[in-house]
Amino acid sequence: MANRSAADGAFDLAIIGGGVVGCAAARRFALAGARVVLIERGADILSGASKANSAILHTGFDAPPGSLELQLVQQGRAEYLSIHRDLGLSLVETGALVCAWTEAEAALLEGIAAQGRANGIDALRLLTGPAARALVPGLAPHLHAAVEVMGEHVIDPWSAPLAYVTQAMAMGTVVLRNCDLIAGRFDGEWHLDTSQGPVRAAAVINAAGLFGDVVDARLGLPPEFVIRPRKGQFVVLDKAAFAHVPKIILPVPNEITKGIVICPTAFGNVLVGPTAEEQDDRTRASVDSATLQMLVAHASRLIPALRDMPVTAVYAGLRPGTDAKHYRVTAHPGQRAITLGGIRSTGLSAALGLAQHALHLYGTFAAPLAPPNDVPMVQVPNLTETATRDWQRTGHGDIVCHCELVTRREIEAALNSLLPPGDFGGLRRRTRAGMGRCQGFHCLATIAAMTRGRFDTPLAVEG
Amino acid sequence: MPDVVVVGGGPAGVAAAVALRRAGVAKVTLLDREPTLGGATRHCSHSPFGLREFGRVYVGAAYGRKLDRAAQEAGVTVLTGHSVVSLGTGGDLTIAHAGGTDTLTARRVVLATGAREMPRSAHLLPGDRPVGVLTTGALQAFVAFQGLMPFRRPVIVGSELVSLSAILTCLTHGARPVALLEPGDHALVRAPFAWFPRLVGVPFLSGVRIVDIIGTTRVTAVRIAQGGHETTLECDGLLLTGRFTPEAALLWQGGHRVDRGTGGPAVDQDGRCANPLYFAAGNLLRPIETGGWAFREGRAIGAAVAHDLARDPSTTEPVAVTRDAPIKLVVPNLIRHGSAGTPGFDRFQLRFARRAQGLLSLSLDGRKVWQRRGAWRPEVRVLVPMPASVAQAGHVHFGFAEDA
Repeated sequence: MANRSAADGAFDLAIIGGGVVGCAAARRFALAGARVVLIERGADILSGASKANSAILHTGFDAPPGSLELQLVQQGRAEYLSIHRDLGLSLVETGALVCAWTEAEAALLEGIAAQGRANGIDALRLLTGPAARALVPGLAPHLHAAVEVMGEHVIDPWSAPLAYVTQAMAMGTVVLRNCDLIAGRFDGEWHLDTSQGPVRAAAVINAAGLFGDVVDARLGLPPEFVIRPRKGQFVVLDKAAFAHVPKIILPVPNEITKGIVICPTAFGNVLVGPTAEEQDDRTRASVDSATLQMLVAHASRLIPALRDMPVTAVYAGLRPGTDAKHYRVTAHPGQRAITLGGIRSTGLSAALGLAQHALHLYGTFAAPLAPPNDVPMVQVPNLTETATRDWQRTGHGDIVCHCELVTRREIEAALNSLLPPGDFGGLRRRTRAGMGRCQGFHCLATIAAMTRGRFDTPLAVEG
Repeated sequence: MPDVVVVGGGPAGVAAAVALRRAGVAKVTLLDREPTLGGATRHCSHSPFGLREFGRVYVGAAYGRKLDRAAQEAGVTVLTGHSVVSLGTGGDLTIAHAGGTDTLTARRVVLATGAREMPRSAHLLPGDRPVGVLTTGALQAFVAFQGLMPFRRPVIVGSELVSLSAILTCLTHGARPVALLEPGDHALVRAPFAWFPRLVGVPFLSGVRIVDIIGTTRVTAVRIAQGGHETTLECDGLLLTGRFTPEAALLWQGGHRVDRGTGGPAVDQDGRCANPLYFAAGNLLRPIETGGWAFREGRAIGAAVAHDLARDPSTTEPVAVTRDAPIKLVVPNLIRHGSAGTPGFDRFQLRFARRAQGLLSLSLDGRKVWQRRGAWRPEVRVLVPMPASVAQAGHVHFGFAEDA
């Protein structure tokens, strides 16, 4: 295949991995004036860890004090808050309750609040059980006490990275999908051998998520960490559940995991999960019936009104945990390489912060870039219940997906966008078509017809 | 302002709308979100419809066209491509269509939104989530509306009548089912499953549990357990048939009362919901009956609504019909006192959750007024006559004494 290099034969930066971190880095470096190529092995962006998360924009109240993670979550969050309107991105200001369901858990709340304040989050308070239940009346009566964290918000976890990478593309970033990094060699510049041919770049960023350690090895960088995939299963409850869950319901965390969250989504559903299950497989995130039943039962125990709520969707994701808890961010100035590894569960919140940090690290070994004079503005379509949807406007053709009220015009716009979906999952993430309670009973055939010839894995078989 | 808005243009909705017009109701508006009427019958190319209600047989889209003509001839205002997105407590509906959104308020609303098959997620099935897992309804839409096929070698799950329709759809469209699986020990619909799958060369396996769905992009295999023994079936699709659920999302979201047994709206003997401005008919009431049954139900509910329009909306608090396990559901599941005229239902409809042998009884205020001993099978309709005295009872209870 042809050399995908830019006009003069090389990129300033190659980013390996089109997850939320890679997309944010592409935007940040494009804004700084870099010619960027983003290399993604999946059929679409967000094919790995980023496709499944709990969609929370964290404050960092529970992050380790003084950690890089805390700093980058807070930087990332601040940038999101300053840019989300311009990019058409949602912000649902739900707030969160850290709920203590036993005396022992209640004893830990003071410490959680103190850590939050030490982390610079002042908008939090301790609540008695009754006071917390006044905020979320659906919580079960055995609630002991809670900490309210006002700044924990909910966002659209797929439109945000799509907006980042789309803005980068509007500034010339090249996105290569179905593109596997085979090897990389540095001789003053990077020569990347990919499944789509050679790519030359002055510097590389490894944002390969679940394959962070593999990509480091393929680039010939010294091994810094080992990925230990941690699976999280989720259940999505029907939109009817939303009225009972106005805030993010967090458990008191333990050493291993932040625990199972009951969380309203920006799309008007309720999410229950994740679990934390260690596994070796880096690609297979399967669900199992017993765990899904456990999640439904767990949610109903904490919020009894959720007991009979229909299940809309189930899914599982893999978090790129490592052999240690902290972010594994390393700069290799001699090889002009940066590894953004081990971004476990706060990647969505920290992505923009990680991108800023990567640019800072890049500045320690590379000549300054010249930012473009004109920054193109992009807006991604709103998919959330917080703003007007396309079905509420005129001339949308018709409604294709009735459960999620997705119009023909929205699907066509996604298929003809700067970065059209590479697979059905990508279309679902861009439009919500097929994401609803019937999971395609009504719309799948229409979508199959609309997407003929578009996906590597088509919805209809040919011949 | 229309007198009545009917939501859903399948057999039940059309029959209700036509019955309302025939009873002299002036303004009846029928809404359907699809471009044509017919509801689920539109893509059921193997099931005959219409014999009882229209005196001849129609297949697939032809039945929908017949419903459309019947509605037009009766003077019903038919609006297709109109999606109801919310049911307000005052009979006010938010409606979306190609021109944007509207609010429509009616004196009464008849809900006839039907049922759909439960997707893989609602079954909490294990495994990967690849392309190629779908329901019969989706398959039929591929074939009937788009001329496409989603797979060539599917594994089919379920043993209801719709499962046979699914096999036929596959066989007539170039797909070769790998196997037909039933989680229970017996087929839910017995007679044809004894011979039909074997006749067409599809192995029928009962007592089978799916333990894994495998495939990173498209389904490549399904792993099953049968009596402690696991096997892998290679396939390129998984077709989930049957296990219908009422399309009751609008009720859930609007805070309307949903019956736990049926999954549809709680309704009284006139088909009236907990909110007395709303009525319901057809397969929204419970999963599922034939199109002909839904049509007759719609017609009866339509007549009851016409009667109700002559009065103020009911202010009577309904009595809930209670039931012993393993009775899965009862329709109607509410009773309102003093309800006059022709009731929407003349019989109770019951179903059992599992096979059970024993004495089924109906008690009013603690007094048995009906009983029958039998061997009851799951998902088979049981009809119990509704005594007139039910409308005065304070406690309406279906009891079951299982034989030891």
